Amino acid sequence: MPTTASAAHPLTDVTASDSTLRRFLHGLPGVDAVGLEARAASLGTRSIKTTAKAYAIDLAISMVDLTTLEGADTPGKVRALGAKAARPDPTDRTTPATAAVCVYPDMVPVAKEAVAGSGVKVASVATAFPAGRAALDVKLADVRDAVAAGADEVDMVIDRGAFLSGRYMKVYDEIVAVREVCGTAARLKVIFETGELSTYDNIRRASWLGMLAGADFIKTSTGKVAVNATPANTLLMLEAVRDFRAQTGIQVGVKPAGGIRTSKDAIKFLVVVNETAGEDWLDNHWFRFGASSLLNDLLMQRQKLATGRYSGPDYVTVD
Amino acid sequence: MASAFDYAPAPESRSVVDIAPSYGLFIDGEFVDAADGKVFKTVSPSTEEVLSEVAQAGSEDVDRAVKAARKAFEKWSALPGPERAKYLFRIARIIQERSRELAVLETLDNGKPIKETRDADLPLVAAHFFYYAGWADKLEHAGFGASPKPLGVAGQVIPWNFPLLMLAWKIAPALATGNTVVLKPAETTPLSALFFADICRQAGLPRGVVNILPGYGDTGAALVAHPDVDKVAFTGSTAVGKEIARTVAGTRKKVTLELGGKGANIVFDDAPIDQAVEGIVNGIFFNQGQVCCAGSRLLVQESIQDELLDSLKRRLSTLRLGDPLDKNTDIGAINSAEQLSRITSLVEKGAAEGAEPWSPECELPSSGYWFAPTLFTNVTQAHTIARDEIFGPVLSVLTFRTPDEAVAKANNTQYGLSAGIWTEKGSRILAVANKLRAGVVWSNTFNKFDPTSPFGGYKESGFGREGGRHGLEAYLDV
Repeated sequence: MPTTASAAHPLTDVTASDSTLRRFLHGLPGVDAVGLEARAASLGTRSIKTTAKAYAIDLAISMVDLTTLEGADTPGKVRALGAKAARPDPTDRTTPATAAVCVYPDMVPVAKEAVAGSGVKVASVATAFPAGRAALDVKLADVRDAVAAGADEVDMVIDRGAFLSGRYMKVYDEIVAVREVCGTAARLKVIFETGELSTYDNIRRASWLGMLAGADFIKTSTGKVAVNATPANTLLMLEAVRDFRAQTGIQVGVKPAGGIRTSKDAIKFLVVVNETAGEDWLDNHWFRFGASSLLNDLLMQRQKLATGRYSGPDYVTVD
Repeated sequence: MASAFDYAPAPESRSVVDIAPSYGLFIDGEFVDAADGKVFKTVSPSTEEVLSEVAQAGSEDVDRAVKAARKAFEKWSALPGPERAKYLFRIARIIQERSRELAVLETLDNGKPIKETRDADLPLVAAHFFYYAGWADKLEHAGFGASPKPLGVAGQVIPWNFPLLMLAWKIAPALATGNTVVLKPAETTPLSALFFADICRQAGLPRGVVNILPGYGDTGAALVAHPDVDKVAFTGSTAVGKEIARTVAGTRKKVTLELGGKGANIVFDDAPIDQAVEGIVNGIFFNQGQVCCAGSRLLVQESIQDELLDSLKRRLSTLRLGDPLDKNTDIGAINSAEQLSRITSLVEKGAAEGAEPWSPECELPSSGYWFAPTLFTNVTQAHTIARDEIFGPVLSVLTFRTPDEAVAKANNTQYGLSAGIWTEKGSRILAVANKLRAGVVWSNTFNKFDPTSPFGGYKESGFGREGGRHGLEAYLDV
């Protein structure tokens, strides 16, 4: 499994200059919003029952990036989160661990210790998350901190201002610079904040821009704005990674984040993955959910499938 | 855990519908036997299981039904518009209440996936009755004169591809405008029309306003030829449509015909590719391609042919074919053995003439009538599969280089029912749509229906319009 994007691929030329990059991004096929949303809605009507549902719930649990990104985070809170990520349901040891815990850079050492030996990765948001409005030096310092503290994954935000004003090369250069700092130590997730990009055409362009610059993952949003992950924008990004692999041979992961709260929703996203990019992406190395409240609903649904009865919020841990 | 995400079966319950072992004709508000006692069996195309035995109407029954409709016409046409609207609204609401039952019934009798009957057919059926209920008291404002009058008794013959929806297209405007109806459903799909007869009774519709006569082509011919029928409405094959036109020629009868099609789906190089692929799939594989306005000819600009075909083949590989009652099924059964053999022989002809067929890997169930989704490349205008209506899940792919060539090829057909245009350029949509000789032109979408939108054809696709304000005209003396 390739974990790092290779520098040389058939599309390397398009990043030669500002104008070649612009021409390439604007030459991508357009997105018809009505058609895209209708397709996402129709995939949402797939009926997932019994064995498929049990499989989907365990898969979804294993794809969760359990996240705490609050100013009020404490080491105690992060330790609790790490324990939960490693063993989400203490009453049932067959429950898979989550993919990662996601914290601010200063909490990375605490998180590393909390998940040590469990296989759970530690992801850290960096690059002046969530606004991304800082000088490149500051952003890179932020990333360096996270990587030095042992982060396995870095979630960076792009400069939406630069993107919306058409300065694609600036966005590209920043991602490349962050990628360099991550090196082989950390996988890079690039967050577009799709709610601020406003059009589906922009989301497709941003996806390609991120992949060209070497993203290991493309991620919808920070979870800090009104519109976050939707089945439609995730479907669009899955089309982008599918097409990118077809052209370059490089596989890139996708992470919808924010607003996915129920098992039912999560399963709909898995259906979208299954029928858009295909089963190669049905794995936590290539697909993640950036959603914390989702985990407890998945656990409650899992208990329901095992026992035939609904439990309740007090039968799963608060964090 | 490591295996792929295989969906478990999710079958819709059959117990929501109660199919009687036998059904009569519905004449003058009663279910009655055929005068000569004839019956025929209706089977489920996905299993070949006999669902029920249905009375087969002969010419004597046609006469009885037309008489009943004539008698009912006096009172029905004299009712004030708001009164007629009340009945139609009531029917629409009962259809909504019973929609799950009707969806399952339609899937059993027709073979189409429950996903389509549940999400497309039934909502549209109810919507048509609601829409025309709204017109019943506003006919003087429809633009057909100060007090437009109904025609009288409408003889209506409908096909098997959308049994209940075609019934709604025919009956809703007829009743709203004050006509009474004798309707013949197709011999392979009579059940939902008979359930509709029951709904008419449930709604308290006066006797004789709606009469249902299951039967074969001879029943339809007798109905069309009946001297006391004032209006003939037919949806079905072009061959039968021509016969009907000959029958009614020289009589006072008004006629509307919705016939075959060979719709062109034109994809330009600047199209939204992923959505175009969805539209192509929906255009030709919706209802197993048994749709008169299906986009059965794909015209793709040469420069994106390879890219588009790769995407299309990948997408076809994700289609799920099988039990139509499974909520995850995309492709159901072909309606009848007869239709299956027609599709098979046309596909063999396509291959024999040099076009290249391709189908995804696809296991067909052992019983029932099935045909794998198929696309043909290397097709030219001279191939039979580019000219004849196949009425099955078979797509012919042709290419073009310029917009003019696309228009010329799209119009080079004896039909003219539908067309589709895929491009990101708005001006091109308008310019091309204006040149296409087709009753419906969809842009960046396909197979979208709405009761407010008129539907009908050019050339051998028929004449007259159904749906919308235009649909009223066919049932009014204007």
